[in-house]
This record gives sequence, C-alpha cells and structure tokens, in this order.
Amino acid sequence: MLISLLRTYLRPYRKSVAVVLFLLLIQAIANLYLPNLNADLINNGVVKGDVSYIWKVGAVMLAASVLIMGASIILAYLSAKVAMAFGRDLRGGVFSAVETFSARELNQFGAPSLITRNTNDVQQVQMVLFMGLTMMVAAPITGIGASFMAVRTNAKLSALILVVVPIMAILIWTLLRRIVPLFRVMQVKIDRLNLVLREQIGGIRVIRAFVKTDFEEARFASTSSDLMNTTLSVTRTFAIMFPSLMLLMNLSSVAVIWFGAKLVDSGSMPIGNLTAFLAYIMQILFSVMMAVMMSLMIPRAAASAERIQEVLQTKSSVVDTTDPKVPAERRGLIEFSDVEFRYPGAEAPVLSGISFTAKPGQLTAIVGSTGSGKSTLLNLIPRFIDVSSGSIKLDGLDIREQSLDGIWSEIGLVPQRSFLFGGTVAENLRYGDAMASDEQLWDALEIAQAADFIKEIPEGLAARVAQGGTNFSGGQRQRLSIARAIVKRPQIYILDDSFSALDYTTDAKLRTSLEQSAANATVLLVAQRVSTILNADQIIVLDEGKIVGIGNHHELMDNCATYREIVLSQLSPEEAA
Amino acid sequence: MSTQTPATRKPAGPGVGPMHGMFGPPPSKSKDFRGSLKRLLKELGPERKIMSLVFGLITISVVIGSFGPKILGRATNYVFYGFLGRQMPAGLTKAQAIAGLRAKGESRLADMLQKSSVIPGKGIDFHAVYHVLTLAIALYAVSSLFMWLQGYLLAGITQRTVFRLRRLAEEKLGRLPLSYFDTQSRGDLLSRVTNDIDNISNSLQQGLSQILNSLLTIISVLAMMVWISPELALVSLIAIPLSMFVSIKIAKRSQRQFIAQWDWTGKLNGHVEEMHTGHALVKVFGRREQAIGDFSILNEKLYESSFKAQFMSGIIQPTTALISNLIYVAIAVLGGYRVATGGMSLGDVQAFIQYSRQFGMPLSQIAGLMNIVQSGVASAERLFELLDAKEEDPDPSDATKIDRAEGEVCFDNVSFRYIPEQPLIENFSLSVKPGETVAIVGPTGAGKTTLVNLIMRFYEIDSGSITLDGVDIRALSRDDLRRQFGMVLQDTWLFTGSMRENIAFGSLDPSHEMVVSAAKAANIDHFLRSLPDGYDSMLTDDNATVSNGERQLITIARAFMADPAILILDEATSSVDTRTEVLVQQAMAKLRAGRTSFVIAHRLSTIRDADTILVMDKGRLIEQGDHAELMAKQGFYYDLYASQFAEALD
Repeated sequence: MLISLLRTYLRPYRKSVAVVLFLLLIQAIANLYLPNLNADLINNGVVKGDVSYIWKVGAVMLAASVLIMGASIILAYLSAKVAMAFGRDLRGGVFSAVETFSARELNQFGAPSLITRNTNDVQQVQMVLFMGLTMMVAAPITGIGASFMAVRTNAKLSALILVVVPIMAILIWTLLRRIVPLFRVMQVKIDRLNLVLREQIGGIRVIRAFVKTDFEEARFASTSSDLMNTTLSVTRTFAIMFPSLMLLMNLSSVAVIWFGAKLVDSGSMPIGNLTAFLAYIMQILFSVMMAVMMSLMIPRAAASAERIQEVLQTKSSVVDTTDPKVPAERRGLIEFSDVEFRYPGAEAPVLSGISFTAKPGQLTAIVGSTGSGKSTLLNLIPRFIDVSSGSIKLDGLDIREQSLDGIWSEIGLVPQRSFLFGGTVAENLRYGDAMASDEQLWDALEIAQAADFIKEIPEGLAARVAQGGTNFSGGQRQRLSIARAIVKRPQIYILDDSFSALDYTTDAKLRTSLEQSAANATVLLVAQRVSTILNADQIIVLDEGKIVGIGNHHELMDNCATYREIVLSQLSPEEAA
Repeated sequence: MSTQTPATRKPAGPGVGPMHGMFGPPPSKSKDFRGSLKRLLKELGPERKIMSLVFGLITISVVIGSFGPKILGRATNYVFYGFLGRQMPAGLTKAQAIAGLRAKGESRLADMLQKSSVIPGKGIDFHAVYHVLTLAIALYAVSSLFMWLQGYLLAGITQRTVFRLRRLAEEKLGRLPLSYFDTQSRGDLLSRVTNDIDNISNSLQQGLSQILNSLLTIISVLAMMVWISPELALVSLIAIPLSMFVSIKIAKRSQRQFIAQWDWTGKLNGHVEEMHTGHALVKVFGRREQAIGDFSILNEKLYESSFKAQFMSGIIQPTTALISNLIYVAIAVLGGYRVATGGMSLGDVQAFIQYSRQFGMPLSQIAGLMNIVQSGVASAERLFELLDAKEEDPDPSDATKIDRAEGEVCFDNVSFRYIPEQPLIENFSLSVKPGETVAIVGPTGAGKTTLVNLIMRFYEIDSGSITLDGVDIRALSRDDLRRQFGMVLQDTWLFTGSMRENIAFGSLDPSHEMVVSAAKAANIDHFLRSLPDGYDSMLTDDNATVSNGERQLITIARAFMADPAILILDEATSSVDTRTEVLVQQAMAKLRAGRTSFVIAHRLSTIRDADTILVMDKGRLIEQGDHAELMAKQGFYYDLYASQFAEALD
C-alpha cells in the first residue's frame, strides 16, 4: 500500500527523486572518504614527519567537506520540495475523492475518520517520505559503504563489526519491542484520562447534584495513577536506551584499539588505519541505529497509507449522468413510485414500496419511530443515496437523468444536525444565495424566528460564527440553518427534524411564517412532535420502512392505528380528539 | 453538538517521535517566565532529595565520561610508540636513535621522539595498553550506569509530579463554582489539565536533566581540550560560536516558517473538517467547486510554508557539519603537524578530535532545550491560572446537619442576576409544601434552569433567602443540601462504564436487587436484560444500541436509586421516539409520586396538575399561579397555552 501510494504520487517528481538518490550516494562516499584521508595523513604525513603532505591532504579534506555541504544543501532543498509536494498532491487527491462521495460512502467512513485520513494520515506518510529521502536511504548506503571501507582498511579487524552490529541491533530491537506496545497502551490510557475528564466537565451539574464529586475524584485518581505507571515503564525503558548505546559504542572503540594494536604490532596494519577504522565503526553503528529507529516509523506510515488508499479507491455509489436532461419547468413536483432502498447485501430493505406525490404548495410531513426510514427517504431526493429499485421523478423527469447540480439547485436543505460554517452569520446565510442583499437576509431571519437574537448581538449579520456554529445554542443553530435554506428561495424544502430544539411557541410561529413565505414551494418535513405536523396537507406514516398510512391528521386519526398511537403518546385523549 | 478539531494538540508522551520539535506547535510565550518557573520548581519540592541525587549522578557521569577520549588517547600513544619502536633496531638507546635521526636531517621526527617514551626495538607495551583500556572500560561503564540511574530516578520524579499536578487540578475543578464552567470553554479547560500538564511533563523530563547535562558536558569537555592543547582549544573556540551563530540565525528564520506551517495546517484541517461535516450542505447549496478551490489555495499555502520550513531547517545541519568538518580538518592538520614535530602525541590529537565533536552537540541542543523549557513554563502558567481561579465560598464550619428533608422549600424575596447589569429574578417569593409539584414553563431560552441553579446552590443568590424545611440553604453544607435532590435532565449525562455503575452512580457496594428495582421502576429493566451483557453491558459514547430515550430512562433509574426528597425534572424529550417517550412519561410520573418536584414542564397534563406554575420569559420570572388563575389572567401563560395546545384541541 505504502509503496504503491508512493509510486503513484511520486511519479511527477521522479527526476528529483533520482537526483536525491544520486546526491545521497555522493554524500555518503565523501563522508567515507574523510577517515580514509585522515589515515593517509597519519600514515604518510605524521609518522614520516612530512609537513607538506599534511597540508596537501588537509586541503583535500577541506574540499571534500565543502562538497558534502553543497550536496547536503541541494539534498535538503529537493527532498523538502518533493516530500511536501507529495503531501500536497495527496491531500488534494483525498479531498477531491471525498467531494465526489455520496452519503453512503460518507457514512461508511464517517466524517471524523475522513478528516483524520486527509490530515494526520497524509502527514504520517509525508513525514516518512521526507525522512526516507534524507536519512533512511542514507543509512544503508553509509552502513554498507563504511563496512566496505572497514574491510578494505583491515579485513581481520572487520570481524569486530560482525560482533558489534548484531549486539546493537538486538539491544535496540529488544528495547523497542518492549516500548512500542507500551506506547500504545499509554496512548489508550491518555485517551481514557481525557475521556474521564471530559465527562466530568460535561456532567459537572449532575455530579454535584448527586454529590458524587468524591466518587469522580477517585475515578480520576485511579485512571491518572494507571497512566502514571504505564508512562513510568515507558520512560524507564527509554532511560536504558541512551546509556547502553553509548556504552556499546565506547566498548567498540576500546575493542578496536585493543585488537588493532595487536595488528599494528604484528606489522599487518599501519597505525593510521587504526584511527580510520575507529571512524568507520562509528559510522556503521550510527547507521544501524538510524535504520532501526526509522524502520519503526514504517508500520505506522503503512497503516496510514492503507487508510488513505481506502478513500482513494472508493468509488461513489451515486454517479452523475453524462447526458443530463432538463425538466421543462422547475417547480418542485416530487413523485415516488414503488421506491425501495436497501444497503448492498442487507437482508431487509430500509425502505420498500414507497409511492407518493409531494406537490408544490403542499406540506408533506413524515412521521414514524426511530429507524423507520424517515431520513433515508429524504436523502433519496437530493440523490445523497440512490434508490435500489423503483424511481423518483422530479418535475416529471427521473432524477437519475438530471444533473446533480440541477437537482440541488431546487432544494433548500435543513439537515437533522444543524451545521453552520465558520465565518459570519451573513456568510452562512449567503450559502443560500451569494448575491442576496442584507434586506433579504433579514427577511429570512424574520421568517426563521432568528431575527431577534441576531439583533441582540452588536455585530448583527457580521457576528462571528465558530466552526460548526458551536457559539450558538442548538435552537439558534436550527433557526439559522432554516434561514439559510430560506435565503435560497428553493422550490423544495427538506426539513429533517429541524424544529426539535425549538419550543412549541417558536415552532408554531416559524411554521406559520414559513407557510406564508413558501406558499408555492414543496415542503417535506420529518418531525417527532405531533403539534408540528397537525396542519400538514399530507402526513406519511412510516413503520419499519413501509408506508402504513397517508392522509391528513383527521383521516389518519380515524384509520391509522400507528398514527393514533403516536399522537396519543403525546397528547391526552381528550386533547387529541 | 461539539465538533472535534484534529488540529488541536494531541497529547504527546514523553519524548514522542524524533520530529517532535519540527511538527509540534511553536512554543508559546509565558507572561511571567521567572515567576512561573519558580513556582513550577516549587511543585518539585517533595522530590528535593531525589532531585539532588539526580543532579549528583549527572555531574559524576558527565565528568567521568569526559575522561574517556583522553584515556583512549593514551592507549593510542602506547600503540604509536610501540609502532615507532618496532621500526628501530633493538639495543639502540632512545638518545642514539634521536641522534641518528638528526644526522639524517630528520630533525622533526627526532623532536617527536624526544618527547615520547619510545624504546627502540621494543614493540607495543600491551601490558600498559591493557591497563589503560581496562580503566577506560570501567569509566565508561560507571558513566553509563549513572546516566541510566539518573534517567530512572528522573522518570519517577517527573511522573509523580505530573500525577500530583493532575490531582491538584482535578480537586480544584471540584471546588470551582459552576459559573466558572459556564464562562470557560470546555476544550480550553480540558486542554489545561491534559495537554498542558503533559507538556510540563515533557519539559521536566527532557529539559531538566539535559540542560544540566549539556552545560556540564560543555564545561568538562572544554576543560579537557584546554588541558590537552590550549592552542587547539582556541581554534575550536573560534569555530564553535561561529557554528552556533549560523545555526541560531537559520533556526530563527525557519522557526517563522514553522509557525506559518502550523498556522496553515490548522486552517487547512479546519476547512477539511468543515467541508466533510457539512458535506450534504456543500453539495445542495452548490458550493462543491468553491470548497475544492478554497482547499487548493490553503493546500498550496501549506505546501509553500512547509517546504520553506523543512528546507531552512534542513540546511542547518549541513552548515554546522561543514564548520565541524573544518574544525576536524584544522585539528587533524595542525595536530598532525604538531605530532610530527613532537609538540603533541598522536593519542592526544585523536582525543582532541573526539572532544571537539562532543563539544558542538550540547551547544546546538541547548537552544532546542530552551524552547522546550519555555513551552513547558507557558503550560505551567496556564495550569496555575486554573489553580488560582476563585473557588466557591467554603461551607459553614457549623453547618446544620440534615438527614432526610421533608421537602418544604421556600423562596423569600429572592433576587438574582447572572450579570450585575441585567436584572433577572427580583424579589421572588414562593412556598412549596412537601409533595407539591412546581411546573416551570416558558419558551426556549427563557432561563428555566435558573431556579434550579439557585435552589441547588450552583449559583449564589444576591439577596433574600431560600430555605429547605425552614433552614437557610446557606447554613447547610452543599453536599448535604444536594443529597436531598434528584435530577433528571434533558442532557442525559452518563459516564463510560457499565449500566449497573451508571444506575448506582457511586453508591458504595449497591446490592443487585436495589439496582434492579430502580431499573424496574424506570421501565428500563427489560431493555437492560436484553443487552448481550445485561446490566454489565458497557455504555460508551458511540454506543449506538442505546437510544436517547433509553439513556433518559437510565438517568431516571439513577434518580430512583438515589431516592431523594425533592426532584428536579426536565420533561423535554426531543429526539426521543414516540414509543420510548411513553415509557419515559410513565417513569417520571412514578418518580414524582410523594416527592416535592420542580418540573421544567412540556406536557400539558403535568402543567395543568401542578400546584404552582412559574412562567418564565427572557430569563425573567413573569407569572406565577395555578392553571386556573393564570388562564383567568389572560396573560403570557394564556398565549403560550393557546399556541402550544390549542391546535390539537380543535
């Protein structure tokens, strides 16, 4: 997954990647060359007391250093450029992919998961690529090169590498194998602590009302000490790592000197090579350390890559037609005929045998208990999901033959979870119509019963809206999101349980003014409250995905048992009569 | 609905990830660095003894460790002299050898020999080498051992301190008045206790020991360098500030880019979150192209800033590496020259090279460490702000004890304002006899919970008095007062745990029968039994199997379990489906029987049957009386009643 993702998204930058690899090689060779020069300097200069030779080699070493720097800077430039451009392209790819998703794919992943995939996961992969371009490739090159040079310097002494490297690899590996799962546990415990705290802050009233502060403090304390113990294990294991690696490196130096001395004594190695060998073995150990550390990042990045690929490879189940037809007149006439919707592979359909007509100028209400398919029915109209069989016609044409943009242009949507965009109140309202005048916005606010509280804010229409609208109460958000739909002046209103956070009075006022201003529009409305739907022209009663009653309040009271049950649960019999 | 922002800082464990500094947030500045640092160090008070032990261990470890290269250098010397000696004929004295060399015109080599302990004809003195190397091993081992010990101890200090800080914060939260929670954003509060404390832990763990370590390393390495060769030490001393200067210069510039990168990341994440969450709206309102367009702009900005940031920080290493290579070459050349002329031994040059490498590292680390400490202190400051927030007035020391109240509640001339300039409740009087029901009605946002806040002493009244069974509630301890109440709110707050724990809610050792009978009374027993693990099924945030209505029933069961004298109920049942709604109504009615109840009422029957109806609007109490009285008055209540229920009555 990681590889194929890299292959696809790095293609445009393959020349730069090739240059990076080439420069890494140059850099590694130059770095390996320096100890070699140093050995020469000792063997031929110092030992023989040849000062001019010392100066000469010094000059070459300087040149090599400058070369290394030049290569490194170009490397830093190219690898930063490639890795960041890769991240940018990948983010763009994921974002565009999600924008084509239908409600089904969106629900399948869930918005929070999609957000993480497009942000953190891309970041992970990008980071590994960046590290890879700068270090991961350099580590093996240096390691192999240094080993080669070490063997060339003295083959016998190189046997030491065979001892030291495995010890180091095992040491790091053992420690990491202990730390990595502990890290995961620690993360879980951190989340758990956050959860407990979030619950406590959210439920502060209830906790105090039930006098459970002590109980909650104990709960927090045990979670906190649990976290402390795990964190202690992690940091204490970490504490072994650095000193033991230092010790190993130092012991290696000692071993090189000891065994090297024997070789020097027997005359099989010039003394300068001892110094060079010390440098090589350090380079080898460092690259092993790097490689092991880096390789830890790969599984995480691979998991991220997989999550990204899932998004990229998901095709939307709703495909816009390539040959759109346009209805003669857009007036908002909706006709369901024998509509069924089922999730692929599901045993029972969510909706079946749904046939009805919603006419312009009419209020069509949909009631039913949780899970009866009300929201699914509404989602079919804007083609957030597609019918499994049957058809939905909008203004006489099957919606699958019309362009998505065309369908959407007719619809004013107020979703169940009222969502506002970050910005100002006016910007949110102008989602409906970018060209709307302030006056039109105020009109819409009046109709939605939102003008009062907006007027109370000194900034008025320019008042800030936090992301998601969190600085407004649930009821205020609902009214603003209704106003946003009104600004659009749509032919069709889709109101999915949009009055739930409003009290009866506001609910009633809003419906009355909406009926007046949207007199010619088709209004579809899902509601839990009987009082909200009493005046509907047509009430559709859903039960387990089927229509069990259709008609107005009085008709249904007479002939629909489910409807009667719903009404009676909210009003006493004498009130409902 | 609160949306989660991925851009907010995730708590990072100690030493998480090698790229911590690169991708973390830019260190925030503290307002009073000195003061907060002092206070933070004071929090380490209980660890003072272990702390000084840690410092001692670090000092010994660093000093001992710094002798290593010098000692290894001596070993190299023995090897070198042995090497030279082997090349001369045996039997020759050193003086003869020197004279011989001078005769051949090799005066430099002769000088070198002069200063050395070469014995012509004799090879390497392995006995001496052995001794030196054993000493080196011992020093290195002790140094590493001490380093590990201090790391081990420091982890304990840090984690215990963090645990203490968390407990302090948690206890503080328990003593803060509710008004504090109402004015602070939850996310911010949460972040002070979790992220900030975590950040403090990081800077304690990394900052404390490493700053000391780096400083000591610099001092002792410098001392070693001067000891070996003051002239070469001077060369290093010129070059090292240069490399510091260069890297700080570049780091400062790249820091700006990192801040920009962080900024754009936040903006981009925000945009992504918004567009994904509002996906359907973006489509229907025809904003897809604009969403993609905005995304591309942000994405490009992020690319530019992160490219610059990474590139800038990427050139620090090569530049300092060049400088360090220059020193290396300079020392190799100058040292080599001096060895050749007998001014210095080969082992010393080798040791010197190692020291000069060791010298640069802590210097460049210190700048980074300062950032960590700074950000830790800024976090500590935020935590201290929380710890210093004004607390509730303490309970009276001679509080009247109350075991179980009768449930008589009186408001006498009570006035209250959340904000001093905005009058809310003025001279309000009400007398509720045990077992009576008070219905509070009014439109959305009318402030119906204000009375609840006052009666449970979540807020303090400005004047007048509230009495329970004739005792002023301020004369009672808050706990005693609140124990008399049971609360069922619309916001069905439950915690992550089993169903049983949620119903028992902290009752110590509740019997199974008690929990079940509470659940039965709340009409939730059947549902709980139908769950896979019955009463022990876990309740989590994302538990889709428990609907809003069922959650409400569990909170009712909780109130049954508590068996209070007085009830506070919120009837609003939005997004509860109709069948569950019936169960909720029944359970609430059962719960109310025989208890004084304050009901935020939505159901006509509750309101009509209430002994007193309080009508609220815009936060103020505007009418008070029973149904008949208020209808006769033809005021606000009359209108409200007509708009809510008249339609259904025709």
